[in-house]
Amino acid sequence: MSFDPAITLFSCHYTSQQSCAEGGKELEQLGFPAGIDLVRVPCTGKLQVTTLLKAFEDGADGVYVVGCPEDGCHNVKGSARAAKRVAAVRDALEELGVEGERVQMYHLPRGLHPEFVAKGKEMDSRIRGLGPSPF
Amino acid sequence: MIVAERKPMGEIIEMVQDCKKILVLACRGCVTVCSAGGEREAEILSSLIRLGMKKAGKSIEVATASLVRQCDREYIDEIDQFKDDGYDAIVSTACGVGVNFISNLRKDTMVYPALNTTFFGGSAKQGEWTEQCAGCGDCVLHLTGGLCPVARCAKSLMNGPCGGSVDGTCEIHSDVECVWQSIHDRLGSFDKSAQMEVIAPIRDWSSSGHGGPRKVVREDLTV
Repeated sequence: MSFDPAITLFSCHYTSQQSCAEGGKELEQLGFPAGIDLVRVPCTGKLQVTTLLKAFEDGADGVYVVGCPEDGCHNVKGSARAAKRVAAVRDALEELGVEGERVQMYHLPRGLHPEFVAKGKEMDSRIRGLGPSPF
Repeated sequence: MIVAERKPMGEIIEMVQDCKKILVLACRGCVTVCSAGGEREAEILSSLIRLGMKKAGKSIEVATASLVRQCDREYIDEIDQFKDDGYDAIVSTACGVGVNFISNLRKDTMVYPALNTTFFGGSAKQGEWTEQCAGCGDCVLHLTGGLCPVARCAKSLMNGPCGGSVDGTCEIHSDVECVWQSIHDRLGSFDKSAQMEVIAPIRDWSSSGHGGPRKVVREDLTV
């Protein structure tokens, strides 16, 4: 079944700062999927499990977090904490009989690297493959 | 503290499947400290219940609140502030004591347990809790170097170690310490190894709950 997934991305301020230049136009030009709603946070370590679950409650088909490299987080352990919470949400989704792959964590370097766009496309493709959220 | 873990979501969804409106009630006591049933965990559980019910094609209204503790009458009385809100049930994220107390004191309130209450324990390492006390009602810690053979020996031996103790570990699992080895080592470090030679008599387990539900009455505190 073909559909346009709604995906929520929570991205570290530092990782995404270049991505938001010129109101995100550059991202758009690079083919960043239009269905991804980018939410910037000061540090992904601030994200709570409830924040990620709320995105699903609000209708997201997939949710992912982009934070600093594990060994180079601006706030030392912020992205490592985020990865733990993403893992907790994945476990909870699976407990509810929902594909855990609907939530992902990526560690990327600062700035607008090709990986930022590539991971967006990867997430978009993954969720298209899974289909609409069962929630 | 009392240590607990959230029940599997399938079990909790099954409990509330016929409800239209529930209150997830957190406890700010032990289960907050062990990150199983505090306000944060109650918020997570509320979200998961909404998602789980939605997936099952059912709608449910879920509110979240918390009490200081759910093991004292004065705090249970605060539940009355919700009585006009029309909840079909309370899902308590307290330990089993809290669920019992609500059931005891609020005859018209259906209450479901969100947690499996596990043991009396402590956390020496973040994210990890271990059993330290069995609440047996007849403490022997003064004889065992402060280490509990009732809770921490797999066989609750009073005269250990048994033949399954190997290199300081228990035969039930290689990552479980033999508490009797630890007792021996610790008594030795205080020059009290002779205590190991004293045979503990056959124990009267009636104080540990084998004599029925236990009760403590303090006449100096009753009014």
